[in-house]
Amino acid sequence: MSPDATGVDAVIDAVTAVFLVVGALMSLGAAIGLLRFPDLMSRMHAATKPQVLGLFLMLAAIGLQMRTWWVWPVLLVAWIFQLLTAPVSAHMVGRSAYRTKHGHREMLTKDELEAVVQRAAAGQEPGDDR
Amino acid sequence: MKEIVLIVTAVILSLAAAGAIVRIAIGPSLLDRVLASDVLLAILGAALAIDMALNHHLNNLMLLVALAVIGFIGSVTVARFVAERREQNNES
Repeated sequence: MSPDATGVDAVIDAVTAVFLVVGALMSLGAAIGLLRFPDLMSRMHAATKPQVLGLFLMLAAIGLQMRTWWVWPVLLVAWIFQLLTAPVSAHMVGRSAYRTKHGHREMLTKDELEAVVQRAAAGQEPGDDR
Repeated sequence: MKEIVLIVTAVILSLAAAGAIVRIAIGPSLLDRVLASDVLLAILGAALAIDMALNHHLNNLMLLVALAVIGFIGSVTVARFVAERREQNNES
């Protein structure tokens, strides 16, 4: 973004601007999805966009703007940890949403978890915490 | 160009944060609020990243890494709490 930006610098600045705007649009899409989707499961689908792809675009913009190589491993560590921890929270929230009868069951086309839960509730291990 | 990008992303992120806060306020259940607060945290991280990228500093980079590492603990804890409390209500 320097005033004498020519050639490669102009291209890098343009790519950075596109990354930042698209990454911000991911957050806006998540907010619209949170407001408009009918139940918790579909809202979880929308909520993951800024956490993974939006964060990737933002970190890539930082790396492009800083022009130093040592920044990239730190950014990669941040993104990989986000990739590792986002499924954990999504799994726990989805599990407790299923167990507490959130959402609209009639909107599901197939429910493969119900048979497993019924079998666990009926049977062998009383302490089975599936 | 820098100012244009800053203004555009600030407007977009403000609208997104407003939407997430509305969902926190009106969310019918606790899990909806937890999910919306996760989105609000992601929007905050995006704002920090935009500030760092446009102003060429790295002051908040370790904060972003820490958010990525421990940001999920809150929603996991609340999810466990909701499950156990509902099960007790069903049994009683």
